[in-house]
Amino acid sequence: MSLTAKLFSVILATLTMTTTAFAEYGLNFPTPATDIGQEIYDVHMFTMWVATILLVIIFAVIFYSILVHRKSKGFEADQNFHKTWFGNWSWVLVPVMVLGVDFYIAGEAQGVLDKFWNAPKQSCTREGADKDHCFDMNVKVIGHQWWWEYEFPEHGVNFNGKFYPVKVESRALDADKTSKENYLRDVDNRLVLPTDTTIRYLNTSVDVLHAWWVPELGFKRDAIPGYIMETWATIEKEGVFRGQCAELCGTWHAKMPIVVEAVSKAEFNKWIAAEKAKLLAKLKEANSAKDWTKDELMAKGEKVYNTMCAGCHQVNGLGLGAAFPALKDSPVATGPAAGHIDIVLNGKKTMPAWKQLSDIDLAAVITYERNAWGNNASVVKPAEVKAAR
Amino acid sequence: MTTATMNTTHDHDHDHGPQKGWRRWLYSTNHKDIGTMYLIFALIMLFLGGASAMAIRAELMYPGLQLLEPDLYNNIVTNHALVMIFGAVMPAAAGLANWMIPLMIGAPDMALPRMNNLSFWILPAAALMLILSFVVPFFPGGGSQINTGWTLYPPLSIKVGMSMDFLIFTVHLLGISSVLASINIIVTIFNMRAPGMTLWNMPIFVWTWLVTAFLLILIVPVLAGGVTMLLFDRHFGTSFFDAAGGGDPVLFQHLFWFFGHPEVYVLLLPSIGVLSQVIPAFSRKPLFGYKSMIGAMILLASIGMVVWAHHQYTIGMSSAAVNYFMIGTILISIPVGLMKFNFIATMWRGSMTFEAPMLFAISIVIMFVFGGLTGVMLAIVPADMQYHDSMFVVAHFHYVLLPGAVMALFAGVLYWLPKWTGNMYSQKLAGWFFWTSLIGFNGTFFVQHFLGLAGMPRRIVDYSIQFAEFNYISSISAFIYGLSHLIFLYLIIQTIRGKGTTKAEDRSWDGARGLEWEVASPAPFHTWESAPKIDKEGQLVK
Repeated sequence: MSLTAKLFSVILATLTMTTTAFAEYGLNFPTPATDIGQEIYDVHMFTMWVATILLVIIFAVIFYSILVHRKSKGFEADQNFHKTWFGNWSWVLVPVMVLGVDFYIAGEAQGVLDKFWNAPKQSCTREGADKDHCFDMNVKVIGHQWWWEYEFPEHGVNFNGKFYPVKVESRALDADKTSKENYLRDVDNRLVLPTDTTIRYLNTSVDVLHAWWVPELGFKRDAIPGYIMETWATIEKEGVFRGQCAELCGTWHAKMPIVVEAVSKAEFNKWIAAEKAKLLAKLKEANSAKDWTKDELMAKGEKVYNTMCAGCHQVNGLGLGAAFPALKDSPVATGPAAGHIDIVLNGKKTMPAWKQLSDIDLAAVITYERNAWGNNASVVKPAEVKAAR
Repeated sequence: MTTATMNTTHDHDHDHGPQKGWRRWLYSTNHKDIGTMYLIFALIMLFLGGASAMAIRAELMYPGLQLLEPDLYNNIVTNHALVMIFGAVMPAAAGLANWMIPLMIGAPDMALPRMNNLSFWILPAAALMLILSFVVPFFPGGGSQINTGWTLYPPLSIKVGMSMDFLIFTVHLLGISSVLASINIIVTIFNMRAPGMTLWNMPIFVWTWLVTAFLLILIVPVLAGGVTMLLFDRHFGTSFFDAAGGGDPVLFQHLFWFFGHPEVYVLLLPSIGVLSQVIPAFSRKPLFGYKSMIGAMILLASIGMVVWAHHQYTIGMSSAAVNYFMIGTILISIPVGLMKFNFIATMWRGSMTFEAPMLFAISIVIMFVFGGLTGVMLAIVPADMQYHDSMFVVAHFHYVLLPGAVMALFAGVLYWLPKWTGNMYSQKLAGWFFWTSLIGFNGTFFVQHFLGLAGMPRRIVDYSIQFAEFNYISSISAFIYGLSHLIFLYLIIQTIRGKGTTKAEDRSWDGARGLEWEVASPAPFHTWESAPKIDKEGQLVK
């Protein structure tokens, strides 16, 4: 075996080894699960190949020149190279060639762009709707600091005629779960979506900018307060797809995971029915004249607190830095109830307003904050919250 | 009596040496001293920005929160960008301009020397303000930290504490400094050229700065206006950027990137100028396509002004708008491709040697081509729906800005350092700096492409374990890259002190052409006091 052949086989072996070793780490986009995702993936692969081929050509020229046109090899500089025919006309030739490649790439991308950008405006159930360009259902994705809220307008409309949150995702609370498989990519309530259904996603935000990104779906979209953004896709295979917020949204930007669970239509309908039943139970509870005891409120409040508040104020109530003050022994949490209710309901600076929670949840969490970690203040009843709204 | 007065009157014929002590620097109107101050300031800022980059990579080395609280991390990310762009790259390029433009066009000094002094001395004040914006939250009542990134997008930036106000005023000060320096450079280039030096035989480095200065004057006021609106939103109840008050959060993004995208070319163009001097010198033949180079840079600046919104494809513009911005952005590959083609064609059939500036120049061409091609990928709107705000973007812009701006400035410093100091540094040491930084840089940023594609967003303090391996590789390489700059620092100090170096000749590199190599090394305090005569090729008539 010659030296060159040996060297070549060593390089080849190393390359194969690294490829297998890194296969599981993801060198490229995950396999798309939607129709539009697949098209976007194809555009990506196309431009990447064009770029790679150009790169190889350019590198070959540069390295040839470096190896051959050097003084140490006695190569004399060609002082008139820039005055040759090539030198005089390259300023036309090069742009024309680049322009050709540019338009080739742009042409490939344009079809996908036009399809992706023109989300259907009409529901398929509507009479006279264009059957090739309509959506079966909407999902409203609302960004919060720092979780996602999802609404299913079609499925909830018979309840009270308003949008309502079906699912609220929260971040992983423990800081010490790094070894867990889905560290930072797990949520308490997954977003369940049906396959083979044209879904229109409506993205917006209530506070700052966020971006909803699940790589398997094939796109990301900014959530901007005051805007509603449309995207659409049909999920073609069942599975669990994980993503996270992609637009810097403040302290816990890294902890806004998204978990989409794609299931069959039948299963989705079952899930929706169960969610409706849960909501109904909640509504009943909220409208009952039940008198909540302190213990009941504390137990409920702890749950709400750990999901909604602990990200900033911490599970132990000690807060985090200047922006997130401690609640333990705080003048607000141990002072008059009215002030406490006001701050939770209406927010203040970094603290968001929590109006969207029910009176019971708010009463529970305020009671919890006033009586946990050694605090010892009054109990707040749901009626007081209702009165303060 | 008259005779007595005559005798004591100032004699205008003798050479004014520099003033002694601190007055020399504070009161300086000498382009070389001011250039030196710019460069030293940039070097200090480079290490400050570098230290923050090391902190970022140290935090990202492992999943989980180890060193930095999330807000401190975001604060450091913000400062890293601002310090590097406004503190390191722009002042370093202005330093090269101050030193070299008068030398290259045969002028005794800049046209407006006192304004030159002002535009430099605003910088330390701005830097102090920037550092204050970083540290103020650590004092009682200092408010929350800047956790917005350098893009300062509202509504997040409206919620930040008083640090944001410091930052806004920093941007104002930096903007004033840049505009003053730009005016000075334009006036100098148009009025102070030696007889015989026309716009069509002037060195490309001077041309790049001419275009850059115009760009700066066009874009900096827009940023200043944008941040002023932010200031008003924060304190005076306007709601330019608040949807609840009838404003539009996206408006700020348009204003910011109207500045921010041409700013990229502000950072790149002076470096293109440096490469246009370095590559011909070490290829021992004239620059290929002098006029097409000028055409390309003017085209680049013009197209660059009107494609800003490719930074915001995900905000939901109209189909026509994204189509326009996509095609406009892809067209940038024409001038950039032409520039890189000219560099390669200059090397082609040359008689190359590989001293440190040339090593940097060649590696810059190679890496910039790579960064440019990922740029074309990012310009494609549908694909950008995936790339946007991921680590792929971080990898892309570091591949463009580090070789394209920072390393090219190193190439420039290494090219002209013998002229400035009169000492020739050791090529071996410079070679060490080059190879360690090259390996460190590529190790840091190449793997970030994979991270982005696999789904890791940028600007996150903590990440899922699936991203752990590449982040580890990236961090280790970043430490190598960071440490390699200590070699650079040592090399500069050694060359200035003249220990372990050889005496530099007036023409320090045998292939170097241009007026700056006709004066002594080190360049005397005053040069070209009488205007030199220039021939058609732009060379000195002896």
